[in-house]
Amino acid sequence: MNFDVSNLYSATAEIFVAIMVLAIMLATAFARSIARGLAYSFVQITLIVAAFITYFTLDAGNDFAFHNMFVHDQPGGILKMMVYLSMMVALIYGRGYLADRKLDRPEYYLLSLLSTLGMMVMITANHLLVLYIGLEMMSLSLYALVAFDRDAVRSTEAGMKYFVLGALASGLLLYGMSMIYGATGGSLELPAVKEAVLGAKNGNMTMVLLFGIVFLVAGISFKLGVAPFHMWVPDVYQGSPTAVTLILSSAPKLAAFALAMRLLVGALPDLAGQWQSMLLFVAAASIVLGNFAALAQHNIKRMLAYSGISHMGFMLLGLLSGGGTGYSSAMFYVIAYALMTLAAFGMVVLLSREGFEAENIGDFKGLNRRSPWFALLMLFVMFSMAGIPFFVGFFAKFSVLQAVIHAGHLWIAVLAVIMSLIGAFYYLRVVKFMYFDEPVNNTPLKASGELLVMLSLNGMAIALLGLMPGALLKWCAEAMKVAFTVSG
Amino acid sequence: MTTDIPPFLSLAIWIPILGGLLVLATGPDTNARMARVAALLAAILGFAVTIPLYIHFDPNIAAIQPHLEENRIWIEHFNVNYHLGIDGISLWFVLLNSFITVIVVIAGWESIQTRVAQYMAAFLIMSGLMNGIFSALDGVLFYVFFEASLIPLYLIIGIWGGPNRVYAAFKFFLFTLAGSLLLLLALIYLHDKTGSFEILEWHKTVLPMGVQILMFFAFLVAFGVKVPMWPVHTWLPDAHVEAPTGGSVVLAAIALKLGAYGFVRFALPIVPNACQEFTWLVVGLSLVAVVYIGFVVLVQTDMKKLVAYSSVSHMGFVTLGFFLHNQLGIEGALVQMISHGFVSGAMFLCIGVLYDRVHSRQIADYGGVVNTMPKFAAFFMLFAMANAGLPATSGFVGEFTVILAAMQKSFLITFLAATTLILGAAYTLWMYKRVVFGAVGNEKVAGLTDINQREFFFLALLAVCVLAMGLYPFPFTDVMHASVNHLLEHVNGKMLLLPPL
Repeated sequence: MNFDVSNLYSATAEIFVAIMVLAIMLATAFARSIARGLAYSFVQITLIVAAFITYFTLDAGNDFAFHNMFVHDQPGGILKMMVYLSMMVALIYGRGYLADRKLDRPEYYLLSLLSTLGMMVMITANHLLVLYIGLEMMSLSLYALVAFDRDAVRSTEAGMKYFVLGALASGLLLYGMSMIYGATGGSLELPAVKEAVLGAKNGNMTMVLLFGIVFLVAGISFKLGVAPFHMWVPDVYQGSPTAVTLILSSAPKLAAFALAMRLLVGALPDLAGQWQSMLLFVAAASIVLGNFAALAQHNIKRMLAYSGISHMGFMLLGLLSGGGTGYSSAMFYVIAYALMTLAAFGMVVLLSREGFEAENIGDFKGLNRRSPWFALLMLFVMFSMAGIPFFVGFFAKFSVLQAVIHAGHLWIAVLAVIMSLIGAFYYLRVVKFMYFDEPVNNTPLKASGELLVMLSLNGMAIALLGLMPGALLKWCAEAMKVAFTVSG
Repeated sequence: MTTDIPPFLSLAIWIPILGGLLVLATGPDTNARMARVAALLAAILGFAVTIPLYIHFDPNIAAIQPHLEENRIWIEHFNVNYHLGIDGISLWFVLLNSFITVIVVIAGWESIQTRVAQYMAAFLIMSGLMNGIFSALDGVLFYVFFEASLIPLYLIIGIWGGPNRVYAAFKFFLFTLAGSLLLLLALIYLHDKTGSFEILEWHKTVLPMGVQILMFFAFLVAFGVKVPMWPVHTWLPDAHVEAPTGGSVVLAAIALKLGAYGFVRFALPIVPNACQEFTWLVVGLSLVAVVYIGFVVLVQTDMKKLVAYSSVSHMGFVTLGFFLHNQLGIEGALVQMISHGFVSGAMFLCIGVLYDRVHSRQIADYGGVVNTMPKFAAFFMLFAMANAGLPATSGFVGEFTVILAAMQKSFLITFLAATTLILGAAYTLWMYKRVVFGAVGNEKVAGLTDINQREFFFLALLAVCVLAMGLYPFPFTDVMHASVNHLLEHVNGKMLLLPPL
């Protein structure tokens, strides 16, 4: 095994982030007095620099590195940049909230960066074990983040729940991978798995493979938080400090999408018929359950959790429709969702103050009276989530529906739109509270400058991408086309 | 398409929308006066740019007016274009919409005192979106405007509406959304079959009967809810009763036209065979709306509800006209739509004038208004007559033409449709009598003051329109002839192309 330095080129961003994690850890240990600000600003700088590195090392084709364990391709690059962006935004939103609650310890920012690194590894993995390592790095950091408010019962309980169920899911995933490994004659690299599956399509082998896929799909479903593996989502979202919920609901979804993309689309395209039918059930169940359960919620974090379940189900509809349109629509959807959920939880953070958690949807009452600008932004987010034009959520929904109809699943499309009608109700309810009701408390909203600017940018992005979604859509489509050489 | 004419259609869409955003920026009610003035300017400017559309309109061109057309790529990935254009069918709706917006801004001048900027902005933005609906020639563009226009109206009903406004706003939004989501599926499905989102391209495509039937029902639900047709009309009375006056005016004058317009733009030319096949269904539902709802109107005690139900009945006439499949019918229906835009708008404004003073919409709370408000009574009389379809008012032209057209088809349909002349006169004039005539009903009526200059102005403006259209409908029908004729020729020609099953 000889090592080629050019390998490092493809992994520059990962290596940089890894070094920075260690450096920041050391720096904060030695400079206790300024550790907080130091950790925060260095993590943000790291994310920005990583974004530049990823952008400028992005080539048109696929680079493989470290003996094919690592792939550097277009969809990976886009997803990584979205992960950095989500993380940056989530950290900006969460900062004031954490400071109010004395939770803004340097460890918080370090763990966030470490989970970012895990996501990056997941996104670029071309090998079952590397994928798993990335997943664990992300998950373990997130477990710790969920339980970060260690004196609060709810936070620790959520952390425990998330950890137990998450470990189980990781186990399922690993078990599935071991079956794939066995059935394909010892292949761990994703392209090798693909070759082996293509080469051997005889009875016994397929049976083991099929079992493997079942476990893979279960593991992926857990990480995406879709039914019937969704149980943890509402509890963990509700229990975590809102700043952590912000992180949980955005970037890891992008990474989980990458997991599905690498494993199912990248390695097992020849068994698409099998995993598509499994995902069909998962997607339909999530859309139905997520929307109906969200109707009954009074807690905004739980409502957004259930709405997230249905959104991920919707995204899976795109993925399972296959073909270029299907995969790129799923990718567009998950990016759009990350933007929307960030803004939504950003609003929740905004309404929370020192000693007060904005947990109930009722806390949005009369927001239009208290601050018309923030009410307008939340209006954008809610209508976007409901899939009403001119907001990005509409085009996400549109692209998925188009892929679904193109794949011939007309009835699934009908189900999906009926469910989005039901979904519209609870988004409209939030708008109703903001605009039609009188405020319960009239304390003026105090938003720090960075929160105000970032939330405004986020809201505007949702509206602008709804007016001009063309560039992002095209980018997703071309990336998917190059990476997976799919037609259509 | 390379001419020197400015893109008037784009201007008609984006001037009100951008104007609305500017008005929104004036902020709190301390700047209310600025918001009102800015809104009025934006509305007038928005209307001004639609006038050249009429001037440049060439009635000899049957299809889309090429010199007014705009076509740019919008979203390449979806094959969606920013394609705008008008023909004789859509021209008047763009004008009507922009005109009504001016009226609405003036009408809300004093009666709206809270969140003025948001109120005005909502109407302006909606006006732009509606112009977009009437001029879109791309399926997705149409849909985007169609659905986006729900948002401002939802807010208008919910924020400035009556006591039961939340219920009405939700019902309005969810009913129409249910319909339009099916439309979305239909549009995507059509794209999948034809590879294009161009409405004109779809007009040329001959679809197999099975597909046509599916499409037809998607269109029927989507546009039927919006028209609204019986039995999915129930959201309309609620929305009308709870909405503020301006909301009712826009709802009745413009929003209801969207559904009917959808029938002419989508259903008839894209799935002609299915339309022919299910004529009985649409005609049946329309007649139920005309006759049954006509009786329902009679028993209403709330003035707004009364006018709302009468709108359902009048719109029944429109759908009936479309599905008679002849030139007279379609033209009559289109004229009826425009006329209804003026008349129902005016009726709601009259009720608004009374409501602003007495704060009641119940007929029983009035009586003898003529004694204290003679000028108002005169206007109200004119509009009531127009609502009843009296000759020399605009209401007569459309109804009479549709009845004539129905006579070419069947006596029974004509007979049932003609009952509206009796029912319409009965419910409108009876209401008018109870509200306006007789002895002064109570102290509140005794203390009424007659309409002020502002109210006089917008009522007079509408009165002129109603009378002009009744006395000289030529400018309205003239632009339609060629387009409607073209539509029918196209439909008939295309119907023959369908291969037998």
